[in-house]
Amino acid sequence: MYQPENAAVVCRGVTKVYGEGGSVVQALRGVDLDVRAGELLMLVGPSGCGKTTLISVVAGILDPSGGQCLVFGEDLAALPQRKRTAFRGKSIGFVFQAYNLLPALTAAENVAVPLLILGEKRSHALERAHAALERVSLSDRSSARPAQLSGGQQQRVAIARALVHDPRLVVCDEPTSALDADTGQRVMSLLRDVAIAPGRALIIVTHDSRTFHFADRIARMNDGRIESIQENVAETTTAEGRT
Amino acid sequence: MNFVALKMLVGDRAKYIGIIVGITFASLLITQQLAIFTGIMTRTYGSISDLGQPDVWVMDPKVQFIDDIKPLQDTELYRVRGVDGVEWAVPLYKGLLKARLSNGNFQTCNVFGLDDATLIGGPPEMIDGRIEDLRRADGVIVDEYAAVGKLANPPAFEGAPSTPLQVGDVLELNDHRAIVVGICRVQRTFQSQPVVYTTYSRATRFAPRERKLLSFVLVAAKAGVDPRELCARIQAATGLAAETRDDFKWKTVLYFMKYTGIPINFGIAVLLGFLVGTAIAGQTFYNFTLDNLKQFGALKAMGAGNGTLLRMILLQALLVGLIGYGLGVGAAAMFGILSRNSELAFRLPWQILAVTAGSVTLICMLAAVISIRKVVKLEPAMVFKG
Repeated sequence: MYQPENAAVVCRGVTKVYGEGGSVVQALRGVDLDVRAGELLMLVGPSGCGKTTLISVVAGILDPSGGQCLVFGEDLAALPQRKRTAFRGKSIGFVFQAYNLLPALTAAENVAVPLLILGEKRSHALERAHAALERVSLSDRSSARPAQLSGGQQQRVAIARALVHDPRLVVCDEPTSALDADTGQRVMSLLRDVAIAPGRALIIVTHDSRTFHFADRIARMNDGRIESIQENVAETTTAEGRT
Repeated sequence: MNFVALKMLVGDRAKYIGIIVGITFASLLITQQLAIFTGIMTRTYGSISDLGQPDVWVMDPKVQFIDDIKPLQDTELYRVRGVDGVEWAVPLYKGLLKARLSNGNFQTCNVFGLDDATLIGGPPEMIDGRIEDLRRADGVIVDEYAAVGKLANPPAFEGAPSTPLQVGDVLELNDHRAIVVGICRVQRTFQSQPVVYTTYSRATRFAPRERKLLSFVLVAAKAGVDPRELCARIQAATGLAAETRDDFKWKTVLYFMKYTGIPINFGIAVLLGFLVGTAIAGQTFYNFTLDNLKQFGALKAMGAGNGTLLRMILLQALLVGLIGYGLGVGAAAMFGILSRNSELAFRLPWQILAVTAGSVTLICMLAAVISIRKVVKLEPAMVFKG
């Protein structure tokens, strides 16, 4: 498959079908998508259009039914499960809609989890976790448990966790949907400030139009297809009010 | 990830305690019931254990256990003595005789009649008096539990405590006068009857008139002669049954196992402990896993493989298993210590601890397996479902 220069993710003709027989649901109907290293791409569209399915395929946690998706040149679907899981642990960071922090762990311990998965020593992992929390301005809350943090703070911990192992691709699923407007703006701003790096791509699934201006490009999905990809959105949507 | 697994487990305090309670309950019940069962079974051969000197017990071939007395002719003693490899052979009388207490009540006693010349087969430990005092006229030695319990002198008036039997007190054994010349310590027997030692000739005088009164012949093997080999020689030469001490103990235990409901009753209690423990611990552990499914999914998405998650769950199961096992066994041991001076039979050898450890391991494995199945089948994509 042709891979454009500087491409982090290249998807061609990706399809995904759920169910069998009469209950078949066509979630993706031939998606072509390129994500460049160093850019923030937003996947937007109505509920059920296939956004989450697409990032699941990109992140290698769902197998496509057809087509191919390369992430930094690796076809994750073709890799054995063990290698795919290892690739995910090393190269991909996740920010989930519901944060998915472990309630029994402190903020710092939660942030350290990806490093522990990679086999790093606990003391070293916690050291790096503290540094990551500092980047999201939460170093003073490193000992707090998720239940002691606000929604915005929990999402900042989740962002620190997604970045602590310095992944090459960060995948965020509706990172602001559980937050109020102001907090959502702050989280997106933070995400843009700390996550964007040369050689790292950021894919954010959202339907919150108030955050679109943070994107470098917006891919609009509908009914399992990418309908359009809008370039340089950040410059053209300034009037909509970037914070 | 061990650290994460342990914090996840301990973090959900209610379930953590619930799982431990389940395993503790199972561990306690299994250990305690097996210890009581072992204690009772040990009591069935208490008399054999107390008679430490003989290597071989000779008896009628139809004898099934220690209390199943089928008397032999006195001449059998001489036949046994004539077998090659026998160092010495002495007679032993064992029978149930009625003792009449000073208030007129009767108490059945387990009477041992020891060889008059050697007093072989006497009590293992004397508390008061000497075993040689049995040679005094009408002398008997009584066990300490009987002295303070079933054979104690009745209270002088209602409400007063009974007076323990002492050296010098007089008993009536089957209408014969007997004088207590010593108090001994013996292992408790299955029927918990008072144990009374006297000489063979006196015991056969106390006993009701019968043609045959020799209960057992106690035999020591000559140096270098294997007791089992000696048993075979005695059987071949006399036609009598001969058992080593350990074989006779097992014969007695197996009789009680086969012909009484004791193993079934205790087996049911142990099985119940196991099942209830498995149900409580398994259900709570499974619920704990279900509650953390989203977290496990997130870990899976973030790169934790099935092997890592499996190790985490096994570690959690191992921790609750160890704590539950420790608490259960500790509580059972405490129960044993507290009931040490009671009538309760309680014996806790290492084998029971091993059986309980095996059972707890099985409970934890069962609890872990159903959880592991759920986690291994877990689709990490579920974490994107909000």
